[in-house]
Parts: sequence; C-alpha cells; structure tokens
Amino acid sequence: MAQVSMTVNGKAASGEVEGRTLLSSFLRDELMLTGTHVGCDTSQCGACVVHVDGQAVKSCTMLAVEAEGAEVATIEGQANADGSLNVIQQAFQDHHGLQCGFCTPGMVMSAAALLKDNPKPSETEVREYLEGNICRCTGYHNIVKAIMAASGQDVSAIAAE
Amino acid sequence: MYNFDVVRPSRIADAVKELSDSTESQPLGGGQTLIPTLKQRLASPEKLVSVAGIDEMQGVCKGDDGSVCIGGATTHATVAAEAGNYPALAATASHIGDPAVRNRGTIGGSLANNDPSACYPAAALASGATIKTNTREIAADDYFQGMFTTALDEGEIITEVRFPVPEKANYQKFVQPASRFALVGVFVAKYADGVRVAITGASNDGVFRWTEAEAALSSNFSADAIDGLSLSGDDMISDLHGTGDYRAHLCGVMTKRAVAAAV
Amino acid sequence: MPKDGGIGASSKRREDIRFLTGEGNYTDDINLRGQAYVHFLRSDIAHGTIKSIDTAAAAGMPGVVRVFTGTDFEGVGTIPCGWQVTDRHGEVMQEPAHPILAQGKVRHVGEPVAAVVADSPEQARDAAEAIVLDIDELPAVVDMKDALKDGATKVHDDLNNNLCYDWGFVEENKDAVTKAFEDAAHVTSLELVNNRLVANPMEPRVAVGDYARGTDESTLYTTSQNPHVIRLLMGAFVLGIPEHKLRVVAPDVGGGFGTKIFHYQEEAFCTFAAKACNRPVKWTSSRSEAFISDAHGRDHVTKIELALDADNNFTALRTETHANMGAYLSTFAPSVPTWLHGTLMAGNYKTPLIYVNVKAVFTNTVPVDAYRGAGRPEATFQLERVVDKAARELGVDPIALRRQNFITEFPYATPVAVEYDTGDYHGTMDKLEEMGDFSGFAARRAESEKNGKLRGLGVNCYIEACGIAPSNLVGQLGARAGLYESATVRVNATGGLVVMTGSHSHGQGHETSFAQVVAEMIGIDENMIEIVHGDTANTPMGMGTYGSRSIAVGGSAMVRATEKIINKAKKIASHLLEASEADIELKDGAFSVAGTDKSVAWGDVTLAAYVPHNYPLEDIEPGLEETAFYDPSNFTYPSGAYACEVEVDPDTGKVTIERFAAADDFGNIINPMIVTGQVHGGIAQGIGQALLENCAYDDNGQLLSASYMDYAMPRADDLPMFSVDHSSQTPCTHNPLGVKGCGEAGAIGSPPAVVNAVVDALQSAGKDVTHVDMPLSPDRVWAAMNG
Repeated sequence: MAQVSMTVNGKAASGEVEGRTLLSSFLRDELMLTGTHVGCDTSQCGACVVHVDGQAVKSCTMLAVEAEGAEVATIEGQANADGSLNVIQQAFQDHHGLQCGFCTPGMVMSAAALLKDNPKPSETEVREYLEGNICRCTGYHNIVKAIMAASGQDVSAIAAE
Repeated sequence: MYNFDVVRPSRIADAVKELSDSTESQPLGGGQTLIPTLKQRLASPEKLVSVAGIDEMQGVCKGDDGSVCIGGATTHATVAAEAGNYPALAATASHIGDPAVRNRGTIGGSLANNDPSACYPAAALASGATIKTNTREIAADDYFQGMFTTALDEGEIITEVRFPVPEKANYQKFVQPASRFALVGVFVAKYADGVRVAITGASNDGVFRWTEAEAALSSNFSADAIDGLSLSGDDMISDLHGTGDYRAHLCGVMTKRAVAAAV
Repeated sequence: MPKDGGIGASSKRREDIRFLTGEGNYTDDINLRGQAYVHFLRSDIAHGTIKSIDTAAAAGMPGVVRVFTGTDFEGVGTIPCGWQVTDRHGEVMQEPAHPILAQGKVRHVGEPVAAVVADSPEQARDAAEAIVLDIDELPAVVDMKDALKDGATKVHDDLNNNLCYDWGFVEENKDAVTKAFEDAAHVTSLELVNNRLVANPMEPRVAVGDYARGTDESTLYTTSQNPHVIRLLMGAFVLGIPEHKLRVVAPDVGGGFGTKIFHYQEEAFCTFAAKACNRPVKWTSSRSEAFISDAHGRDHVTKIELALDADNNFTALRTETHANMGAYLSTFAPSVPTWLHGTLMAGNYKTPLIYVNVKAVFTNTVPVDAYRGAGRPEATFQLERVVDKAARELGVDPIALRRQNFITEFPYATPVAVEYDTGDYHGTMDKLEEMGDFSGFAARRAESEKNGKLRGLGVNCYIEACGIAPSNLVGQLGARAGLYESATVRVNATGGLVVMTGSHSHGQGHETSFAQVVAEMIGIDENMIEIVHGDTANTPMGMGTYGSRSIAVGGSAMVRATEKIINKAKKIASHLLEASEADIELKDGAFSVAGTDKSVAWGDVTLAAYVPHNYPLEDIEPGLEETAFYDPSNFTYPSGAYACEVEVDPDTGKVTIERFAAADDFGNIINPMIVTGQVHGGIAQGIGQALLENCAYDDNGQLLSASYMDYAMPRADDLPMFSVDHSSQTPCTHNPLGVKGCGEAGAIGSPPAVVNAVVDALQSAGKDVTHVDMPLSPDRVWAAMNG
C-alpha cells in the first residue's frame, strides 16, 4: 500500500492505495466521488474522463499513484460557486444533450477540455474530439449542439426543438 | 489486475536500476495499452517503473542534423502540438487514439509495444527513425521484429526517437471501425535519397516496408506510380473487419492517397 | 408559439441537474456497510460437460467468504421464461431449465459456473482463478440451420432437438398464400440476415443483494427497467421469497434498450448469497463480462417473398425465419420473433394474405432477447428491403410503389391479427419528401460523383406496435404476466403531488414529462409534482418500461389516477363552495362554480382534505390519494417514413451517412424535445446496426466481438445531424392522452433506409448488387462491389 495525495476539485485529498488502484477507483471508492463513471475496460467509452493538471484523461486508465501531487478535476467540481450549472452543463440541459446520464460526466469533462483549447469548434471538430466518448442514448446530435452552444455559437439552424 | 508496486524515478539511470532489480518489472509509459492489458490480467509484473516523471525523456527538440528528436516519454498530444518541423509526424500523432488517450500515451510506450495496428511504428519505419535507448541506438529497420516484438532487451528503455525530416510525407489511416486503430495505415516519406513506405495494421508480421512501392515512387513520386503494384493478401491479417485480400487492396489505396496528400 | 409548460411543452429535464453534477445515484454508486463482492467464474468454452469443480484452493485464499457452485443451488428454482409460445402444430415450445450457476453442462461462453464472494473485488477474482475446472468439451452448436439437421449435437440433452418451436402465423392463411404466389404476376424474393447485436447501455449491469436477518427481508438493488417484474420472477420462481419480504430497487439506470428488462442469474445470486453469507453482496459487471452475459438482440435469418399482381399491388407475403434463442430462454425471448414480429409483417401495406413461419433455435451462444424494437425492426427490415427490391426489379419508383399499396382507411384489420386504430402514411411520406429535399438529390449525386464517390438515396416506411396489450389477449398468446401499468397519485396537504409510477425511467425523462401531464390536468406548476419510480417499496405494482409503453400505458394509469384525484377534489371543492358538484370546474389550479366568480384554490382544497374541519366527512374520506391500474384495449401504432442519403467510397467500400430524415407519427406529443431525443438515439442505434455493429461468433462458439475493440459502437464522427419531424399526428384512439410511444421508432425505421441507400448507390455505378447483409462495413461493401 502507498500513500497518495492530490488536489481534487480544489481540495486536498489523500488515501492509502495499492499500486494497481486506478484513479477512477480512488475517486469513486475512496473519495466517494461517484460522478466519475466506468463504462468499459478497454479505455474507449470515456465515461471516466476527468482532468489531471488541466488535461482530459481516462481515469480508468491511469493509476492513482500516477496522479500523486496532481490537480484533479471531476464532474462534481464543475458547477458554479453558487451551485448553478456552468455554461457547458447548462447547455447540455438546454439542448437535451443527455438522456440516461451515464456518459454525461465524461462528455462534460471532454467538452470542457475541448473548449479550453478550441473556443469555437466546428461541428466536425466537436465530433472528432468526442471520438473517445461513447453515448448510446442521444445519437450525439444534441451533445454536439450543446457543446457548440456552450462555445457561444448560434445553433438555432441545427434541426430539432 | 494483479497487484504490483509502482516506482516513479526522475532520472533514466534510476529507472534502469529499478528495472534491473527484478526480472518481473516493466516500464510504464502512459499506460494506455499496458493498463488495459493488466486489467485483463494478461500480464503480471511485480513492479511498474513509471517513466513519466523523467524530465530528460520529455519533449520535442530539433537535432543538429535537422532531425526531430522526441523524448521517449513524450505524449502524443505534445508531439501533435510541438513537432511542427515534421508536419506529417505531428498529424499522425494527432490522430492516435482519442484526445484523452493522446494526453497520456507516449511514443516510447507505443514503439516498445509495437502493436501491429499502431500508428507510430509506421511513422518510425517510413522515416528511418533512430530509436535511442539507455544503452544504444537502433535503426528502425532493425528495431521492428514482428507483431509485439522489437529489438529491445529486458529492461531497456526508449529514451528518445530521432526522425530525419523528409521533403514530403503523409500518413493515411483507414480505421478499424471499433477499436479505431489502423485497419491499414500507410506512411509515405520522400527523402532526397529515396522514398520509404511503411504499412501498419495489415500484416501478420507487424509493420513492414513495401519495397516495390518505394522503388516505383523513388523514380516517380506520384499516385499513378502505384498502379499495377499489389501486395498479396496471403500473409495479411484476416479478421472480423476485413480479409487479407481486402487489407492488401487497402494498402494500395492508402499508399496512393498518402502520396497524393504528401506535403 | 411553443408552450412553456404542460402537455406539448419542451420542458427542460429536471433529472439533468443531478446527472450533470455527478449527483446521480446509479446502482454501482450504492455501497452497503460490510458488503462483500462476488466474482463469477464463467465458462470460456461454448459447450461441454462439467467433470469436476475443485474449489478447495480458492476457498482458502485471502479474503474469501464463500465459494458457490451449481450444487449450492440444487434446491433453488431456475431462471423462468415469461412467455410460452405454442407452435403451428399446437405443441408448446421446448423450455429448458436455466440454472443460476451451471448444472452438469456449460452451454455458452460466459455462462457462470462458480462464484466467489470475498472482501474485495480483486480478492474474489484472485480466488476465482484458483478454482480448478475440468470440462469435457463438446462440439459447439452455432449455426442455426446446422442446429436443426438430423443428428445435430443437442444444446440440451433432455430436449428432443434444438428446435424451441416452429411457429406459423396465420397458419390458416398458409394455403391461400401459396395459391396467391402461384397466381402472382411478379414475385420478389430476398434472403437476408438481421445481424446479432449487443445492446450496450453505457452503464454495465450491477446487482447488490442485502438481507436483514432480524426481519427476514431481502433487498436487491439492480440495474433494471422493471423492478416489480424482477421481484415477481425472482421471488416467486427462483428464490421462493414472498413479495412482502422482497424489495427490488432500480435507482438511476444508465440506459437499458431492452437488455435490462430480463431477470438475470446475477440478480438471483446476489440476493441468495447475501442471505447465505449474511453480508451484502455486490456484483459490478465489467464491459467484457457484459458482452458474454447481457442478453443479445436480433439474430434472425430470413427468406421473404412478396407477390404482386400485374398492376403492382401486393397480393401476398411469405416469410421463413430462423430466430436464435441462444443457449437458454431469456425472459421474453420466445415472444420477440413471434408476437412482436409476425404481427407486424403487414407493415404499412394492405397486403391481403400473409404467412409467417419462425423456427426458434437453441445454440451454444448467449441468450437472445429483446433489444430496442424487438421483433419490429426485424419485420420492418425484411419487408422494406423486399419492397425496395421489388420496385427495382419492376423499374418503378420505390416511393410510388409504397404509396400505391399504403393502407389508407382506419381502423384497419391486418391479416396478421392486429387492428391499426389510426395512421396517415401518405402524410408522413409527404413530410419526408419535403424534409429530404429529394428533388435536389440528382445534383447532390452529381457533386459526389465529381469527388469520386457514389451517392445513394434510400427510403422506407415503418409501422410498429407499442404498449403491448391487453392483458387478456397477451395471456392467450402465451404471456405469463399481465401488461397493465399502475400509478398512485398522492396529494400532500399543501398541494404538492407525488406520482408513484410502475414505469421506470432510464433515460426517457419521465420525471419531467409525466409531471407535465399532471400539471396540465390540474393547472398547476410542474415543479409541484414529483415523479417517483424504481422502488417496489414505494411504488405500486408495475410492469416497467420497454416496448415504448411508458407514456401510453404508464402515463394512462397516471391520468386515470389523477382523474380520480380531481373527482374527489371537486367533491371537496363543492362542499367548500357550497355548490353542486356538477357545477364545479377546475382550471389553472383553482376550482370555481360555473357562471359565478366563486372559486377556491387547489391548495385550499388539498389542505381541507388533510385538515378536514370543514369537510363532508359523512360522504367522503379525508386524504387525497388514489391509485389506478390501466390495461390498454389495444396496442398503439406509431408509424413513419425515413430517408437516408449515403456516400460510398468505391475504393474502400466505406459508407458515410450524408443526410438522414425521419418523419414520424407518434400521435399526441407530451414533450417534443424529449421525443426528438428519443428518435435521435434510435436512429443512431439503427445506423449502428446497419453500418457498424456485428456480434459475431466463430464455429467454436467463441465470441469474436467481445469488447469495444471489435464491436463497433457508433461514435460522434460516424453520424450526421438528423432531421426529425413529428408534426404528422394521428392521435391514438383508445388511450386518454392520444399518445403512441416513440422510444423504438428510430431503431426500427432506420436500418432499411441505410441499406436501401447503399444498394441505390452501388446500382448507380452499374454494380449488380441487390443486397448486402448488415453491418455494411467497408470490407463487405467493397466485397459486394468486387464480388
């Protein structure tokens, strides 16, 4: 067992982990931050995406000890300080960018990483960026629309209520 | 996963020492292939030696001979962003896996694993890259020795990969629709002394050079030069996603597209 | 102007807040004090006789609580099947026992053979690896037609053969159909495969069993679409726990698509083991495990023939289908290729004579059951493919051929036993033609050809049946359950309501849309209404959510219960207003006396119900809570027309979807935003089936597509934006909301449009290709072009 310490959503967090403990397990089982989900075991679905030192990573494919000393951001820390939804979260609700909600935390975290690097992505850029985030419910239409709307683009021409 | 210890040295020498302490230890790059493999319990190392914290294995720089030198622990995202001197290489890195995978996965990890469908082996082989380890330098032509097999010895770490910059190059990946690895990926690089063509995803022997295409393209660097050339599907991978013949066909198509797109 | 609340408003989903902030409560988020973890040792061979299972070493491993094998379940029931089909000779289907852990034989890769309960998941897995399993391998039965040959290896030694049933429908029509084919001016026939799929909700299945020794009560937390059904099946048929001692909770569930309807061994195991070990027992499926333990979908092999007269009128239809059941009968498996498939074969057309034959076959593969659409996609695909092929053979416009044969008068009794209450097939096709800009197709094709690509346009129609019902009919057809729904509406003293529904939301947004209905009925704000679902302890008996039944059946039950509430509230209001009950009107949350300005607010009435100081106690009871059960009198019949435009890269065979339009008729719509989202998701799954998804076994019964490395899930860059319309509305005539259901339409309507489009593209290049089996992956399309 090893001691691991990191900052999660701005707060110091530490715990005892095995070498094999995944960052996703540490977040879910040790810190009880169950918003980060695990949907596959081949590093493809992206439900587990969190930010480590500002970069999107798949927390199910990173060991907890590899995050020693890192700044980790999860879905639980995304809302505004007053608890209201942030711009991306609000756009997902406004444009019905989620159904069952299981892939949603990873989608929101990926979207945040995309918009940090590319503040006004095209539809194609959004779709390509989401290559590592699988959604089974929405057909992605409204996810793409929500992310473009969150970037301040006018999405009224994109079909659907 | 079976349990293991993780050490995180900050110098190459320390990493080498950690690896030599025990035969059941293994280097850990970004873990984007190794961790899923461990999850399936297909490997059981006692110790993982993370190279992510070794500064001397990080980053992209320009060599004295103009080559692009990439530290072995450099992520795909960093190569995509910083290997602008070799645009085809940066473009290749920018399409490996997905964004989150590119933020973790490393060039050293990819080349050490030598997955038969990975992108970097094609780039390294077509570029005639030099794989630098803690003990030696290995020419790409000697490095790749069949799927998941390389010239690396136990405990040897890829510290840097040096890519001579070609006049023109391009990588065309036709993705396997599920894994998004290359069903066939063709990297074409035109150097002053000839053209090199390396193909990943297709062969049962892993990445390989298509020498007939190289010869044809060296005398006439145009897509038409490939007309009439073909590879046999007999030794190609045949699976759910395509027969050997289909892959052989795609080798030609993707080679032509790479030549046409080469800049 | 769009409404901003109530029926017809695109109200934002209230459940989104918790999902977007990481505050959802999925089953894997539930951890009970002292819980242990189970790891299942699953067979890695498809068919074999178990010689021995040595668990001694495993039992001694660190952290191990107990190791279970099949012998621990000898006194326990087996997993029941919820539907019994009677075959064309009047015999009931062959129904093998389905043990919780393998008994004597293993019959598919992934079948659980032993289970280790330990303090941690890793310890459980470590110990499972230490179990020594000796299995004598037998030949695997994989191909359905081979399985039916004389002398074929039997999946179940105690059955006569591998034929579950041989179903004919309508058997009495058979000779007339034969005659019609003899008299036909033209016959089009087609053999095709409806590819096997894996549902793949993003949340893998999870079960947590708990047992309270002091009260002898068991609780199961599970990823289910229908917790009451699980309680009934598991309690009554497997573990022998009466319903008042068994609570089943399905909290937030991350998608279902059918595969979370069924009662699975892992649920029964965790419930059983929690009692046996006196500790909560948790199982969390990995994705790899899901591929070999979640029921698969589709997997039909069909020959379909269409007879036409000299004027191109459809005169008869005949099909022969082999439907894969897998190794055991999953909960509703027998109903899918029969009553959910044969009854839909008329489609949108007035074909007078239809005969459907289905042979259901046991194989050494994972059980197959309902997946989004369940039987209806299979019916639609074959019908719309053969109609398209007929149009091409006859040289007529595929849309015109369809229109010529459309059913136009309703109600319409089909020759396959169902009666469509409403529909307007020309209406949805008109809408589709407008949306699809078909007149611009030639120019778009020319543009594609300039870029070296082939462009194709495919169109199809669909009809489906939702809200499977009524109970007395489905009982005659073999259902071992009723198919009603129930709701309890509890009004609190201060006027807020709680609706407890037997429907279950796992992405459909019931918490929002159900509240809209009640808000509309009473005239109060949606936020005064809470929708509670998913827990047998606090909702009335329910049949859950599948078959697009929630709003049509569950919503109707809620309407009926709310009507009872309103009727009682009117009695109270009439007392308070000292007016005749007949004169009381409810509008905008207030009761008034017709023709006067006297009124009393909703909240004053509800308060009176609970503080009955001024109250007609001699006539009515205090309180305001009502329950209703609703058993529909018929299915509902959504319909529509879909169009797909593809580009095919002739060099690689890769197909890209360039445009996709869907014109649906769902009857009345409660929340257009949610309905559109349901269609989007359905289309994505339909395109996934058509182009990407392929659950494939090799000859030894090994699953080749056993992870996302080989099973291609549609991703964002595989799909375009969709053009979706549901303005064509012919309300259902027999339920109170006039609603039809929208959950499955997209998955039913889209695969034939895609395949029709690809065939159109290939034929435009002069290729003699009349069909390509799904998925139309690049290698298959390339092979078809170069075959």
